[in-house]
Amino acid sequence: MGSLVQLTYLVAAALFVFALHWMNDPKTARRGVYSGVAAMLLAVVATWVQPVVVHHGWIILAIIAGFIVGIPLSLVPLTAVPQRTALSHAFGGLAAGLVGTAKYYLWYGEGPENLTAFRMTAIIAEIILGYLTFTGSLMAAGKLQEVKWIPQRPVTYRGQNVMNIGLLVVAAVIGVWLIINPTDVLAPKMFPAVIGLALLFGVLLVIPIGGADMPTVISILNSYAGLSAVAMGFVLDNKLLITAGALDGSSGLILSIIMCRAMNRSFVNVLFGAFGQVQTAKQLEPGKVYKPETIEGAAQVLEQANLVVIIPGYGMAVAQAQHKVRELYDQLKKRGITVKFAIHPVAGRMPGHMNVLLAEADIPYTDLVEMGDVNPDMPQCDVALVVGANDVVNPVARYDKTSPIYGMPIVDADKAKTVYAIKRSTRPGFAGIDNELYFQDRTWMLFGDAKKVIGDLVKQLSDTGGIH
Amino acid sequence: MARRSITALGAPLLAWTLLVALPAGTRAQEAGQAAHAEQPFDYWSMVFVFLLATFIGIGVVRRVSRLLHTPLMSITNAISAIAVVGSIIVTGSDYPPTIRFMGAIALFASMTNIVSGFLITDRMLKMFKTKREGEQQ
Repeated sequence: MGSLVQLTYLVAAALFVFALHWMNDPKTARRGVYSGVAAMLLAVVATWVQPVVVHHGWIILAIIAGFIVGIPLSLVPLTAVPQRTALSHAFGGLAAGLVGTAKYYLWYGEGPENLTAFRMTAIIAEIILGYLTFTGSLMAAGKLQEVKWIPQRPVTYRGQNVMNIGLLVVAAVIGVWLIINPTDVLAPKMFPAVIGLALLFGVLLVIPIGGADMPTVISILNSYAGLSAVAMGFVLDNKLLITAGALDGSSGLILSIIMCRAMNRSFVNVLFGAFGQVQTAKQLEPGKVYKPETIEGAAQVLEQANLVVIIPGYGMAVAQAQHKVRELYDQLKKRGITVKFAIHPVAGRMPGHMNVLLAEADIPYTDLVEMGDVNPDMPQCDVALVVGANDVVNPVARYDKTSPIYGMPIVDADKAKTVYAIKRSTRPGFAGIDNELYFQDRTWMLFGDAKKVIGDLVKQLSDTGGIH
Repeated sequence: MARRSITALGAPLLAWTLLVALPAGTRAQEAGQAAHAEQPFDYWSMVFVFLLATFIGIGVVRRVSRLLHTPLMSITNAISAIAVVGSIIVTGSDYPPTIRFMGAIALFASMTNIVSGFLITDRMLKMFKTKREGEQQ
């Protein structure tokens, strides 16, 4: 029986690796999902049939409840995917924290000889990572969902970093004490203190983080959720848990690194830097004026173009403009114009956010091009259309060393022959800085809601369509 | 570049491994004596599994198409809900009810992640197409 279970776990572990392997190409990616589901089914069945499992009522109940909540959560609109992802990291962290807590009190009560230093270290790591991921991800989900009582703007105060690090140090010190004295009379009273500090630390960690940093923060929390599953594997002596948790942890780590590089910032800077706090927005310098353009004018220029590059940003998601963008894409394609989408890695609120929205709008993924691949073509580009992106096209990042976004790789929209930027108002972007792109000679502004502006462009183009 | 990123990935990993393994090693002897009642507890092999699985994870995930980073995150999320295995044991064993209740909540949380994670990943992946239906006319 034991060997059969281990063999099943081994097969499941291999299937999980294949699941991720097949994600390297959109053509085979769905196979990855089936492989993952198969692995999960095998693991659940192999665990459930073990002789130690004698009560089944609560298991069935919890699984049914999981389906009842899980199915609606999988049907959210794609603009809400970042929140859903953050919420699922919270669930992952909570599960790890609870199992760690349950195991500690179980062994404290009946079998203190099980509380070896190794297991205690793993339990402490599991609960700190699990609970901080739980509250941190809940806060992130709240910010993304724009829940009223959670501040959207980064909240900072004097001594914030000192306080956060202090909290973590206190939790770690109590944790080490617990590792040394796991069966002390005081231990069951100190254990909740670690839980409380981890919960509080999670909240305080995410409070100073603004929307533009969400892709990085979600990736880091993803990594933590994976590591807490690894720690659970150490506690339960389960190698499948360790393997699957490590896969999740390393995926989160890689995404975090990609996000950080795409913003030219370090982990430490994201977590403790309170980006978006830069509210000392320079006033518009005198002599700099926006040049508005009419829908008719923009439509005419678009019609004459050979290559149009559309640069989407979070504003497109907010305005739900992706379907109108598809109609514009169709209109231009009909005229034989080449249309590409330039995707900046941190556009949107999570890694790959823009790709999913545009794929939903039925745009072939072959026309979604990474920043690095599209930039060499930008000087040949006739029209760059900026839809709800801001900081990721700001040329200031290239030369102004005093700018908070200095050094961040950008989409070279400014090198296009003509730039149209759709913008809701004349306010500066998320980082609170003016966008130099908007004031250069070849840039014209289309003011208004992205969905409406693009809708008007489509209407204009379809009215004139078929004349030539 | 490649070298730098390997260091960047490897250093925290090594730190983590040492953090878990070292305190364990210092008390290995007494722990081994105390726990010989049940089956031997081979923590070193677990640390090895963790290390190797992380490197496999890094190798595989680095090749994932950038187009698919959102589905990647939702599928790894569902995969790490393998915590369901631990939760089933805690919920179903003959333990005190409070312990089992914590297990049941954990089981619910993991199950939610499994169901919503796989379903939404598949839903998103279905949308990635090279051509639209009915485009060839």
